[in-house]
Amino acid sequence: MRIPCPICGTRDRREFTYVGAALPRPSDEEWGAGWDDYLHNRENPAGETRDLWQHEAGCGAWLVVTRNTVSHAVLGAELARGATA
Amino acid sequence: MRFSALKVLKEGLTGNKGWTPHWRDPEPKPEYDIVIIGGGGHGLATAFYLAKEHGLTNVAVLEKGYLGGGNVGRNTTIVRANYFLPGNSEFYSHSLKLWEGMEDELNYNVMHSQRGLINLFHSDGQRDAFARRGNAMINQGDDAVLLDREGVRKHLPYLDFDNGRFPIYGGLYHPRGGTARHDAVAWGYARGASDRGVDLIQNCEVTGIDIEGGKVRGVQTSRGAIRAKKVGIVVAGRSGQVAAMAGMRLPIESHVLQAFVTEGLKPVIDHVISFGMGHFYISQSDKGGLVFGGDLDFYASYAARGNLPMVEHVMEAGMTLMPMIGRARVLRSWGGIMDMTADGSPIIDKTGVDGLYIDCGWCYGGFKAVPGSGFSFAHLIAQDRHHAPAAGFRLDRFRTGHGLLDEEGTGSQHNLH
Ligand SMILES: Cc1cc2nc3c(=O)[nH]c(=O)nc-3n(C[C@H](O)[C@H](O)[C@H](O)COP(=O)(O)OP(=O)(O)OC[C@H]3O[C@@H](n4cnc5c(N)ncnc54)[C@H](O)[C@@H]3O)c2cc1C
Ligand SMILES: [Zn+2]
Repeated sequence: MRIPCPICGTRDRREFTYVGAALPRPSDEEWGAGWDDYLHNRENPAGETRDLWQHEAGCGAWLVVTRNTVSHAVLGAELARGATA
Repeated sequence: MRFSALKVLKEGLTGNKGWTPHWRDPEPKPEYDIVIIGGGGHGLATAFYLAKEHGLTNVAVLEKGYLGGGNVGRNTTIVRANYFLPGNSEFYSHSLKLWEGMEDELNYNVMHSQRGLINLFHSDGQRDAFARRGNAMINQGDDAVLLDREGVRKHLPYLDFDNGRFPIYGGLYHPRGGTARHDAVAWGYARGASDRGVDLIQNCEVTGIDIEGGKVRGVQTSRGAIRAKKVGIVVAGRSGQVAAMAGMRLPIESHVLQAFVTEGLKPVIDHVISFGMGHFYISQSDKGGLVFGGDLDFYASYAARGNLPMVEHVMEAGMTLMPMIGRARVLRSWGGIMDMTADGSPIIDKTGVDGLYIDCGWCYGGFKAVPGSGFSFAHLIAQDRHHAPAAGFRLDRFRTGHGLLDEEGTGSQHNLH
């Protein structure tokens, strides 16, 4: 698996740390279903998914990676800041 | 058909012509009292205990592939009861006791071998943590012995004790830990359930769950609709997908875990060895293959095969621990889909739908749980109340924050287990 970092170019998966599903952070002030969903509950799709990775051993940027959980194909990556939802 | 020494001898002398199929292959009926989705270890054990403990036999197990073709036939077969947290420890303690009676209970040779498990430690801090864990195990009524360096050397003389990074300080020895023949466990429960009247339906994928007015009515399958008064979901790595058929989202992410086996060797490793600091564990199968593995690949996956970085990592860890392993040749490697919860512990609970129950989230440790989970899930389905040893495995613990079971102490967060 290789991930195309928009800053550094395509790099080996070893340089990246997986964080989890890329979800919008809830704006709720209080604990409730919004935070429970954000922290715990997952679509967990078999197929295309968008998840957060950090280019830890590279530029340090947080990326949203689009990939396929069945084939392991990596379909694209963009900077998490300003990523399209 | 019952197995006995006499029967084996007789068949051996008469060309093995008298053996019969181990379970019936029935057509699905239009309706059952209880439908279990998933014919892995947990689903088959659930069906067996529904019949045996609760006298419920109008039951079907629906399996999309073949019985035992999932993780129950892909794991590295470690069976142990060395948990620390209340909530986990009484459950695994109960499960290990069921293991100890399993061969008699099923009249099936599952090759359960209590060869002893040794968890290694490499610092004073780790020794303290393992001493504490050992005391928790003893308090639970299980067995644990804290070994010093020389104690470990008596059992495992071939380790690299003076490794620069991970010198061996000692180990926590769990004599009742060990291994079993994974397929036989699935087959034994399947035969026991089928003999008691449970229908085991293979090549039958559940594609929908019928719910009316908040109550479960049955399931849609690749072999037609089947009505049921109660439905249990026990589909391991596919839990999220099947739960979605009932409109649920679970605190689960599916990940891939790999394992490896070498060609057959003469007996060399007598125990199960766990090298936690290197994320490596190993045992030797009765056929002689060294069976070993490491950690998750650490990204969501349904591929049932992993990537090379983890292969390299596991091989390096093996070489660090026991350099002699470098002479062995790896025969094959494979992966399985793990249903990882946010706190690393399982779920056995009711759902928001009346008559719909779920048993999932076994992560990479669900083989040893097969009998305990089957027993407790059958109890929940039959009696509509939790079985005491599994009462902590609540689905709502993530939302409420009460009773989280973070055995590793890393935090209740998906990418940390
Ligand atoms: C490499 C590896 C090593 C492991 N090592 C250990 C170990 O040493 N010790 C330990 O305790 N645990 C271990 N585990 C974990 C253990 O194997 C699992 O936690 C456990 O087997 C899961 O429960 P199961 O047996 O019921 O799962 P499975 O055997 O996967 O059963 C689930 C079944 O559900 C079926 N199914 C899915 N969707 C549907 C549907 N829609 N309709 C009908 N049927 C469906 C599947 O086909 C499958 O047969 C390991 C796992 C792996 C992959
Ligand atoms: Zn980068």
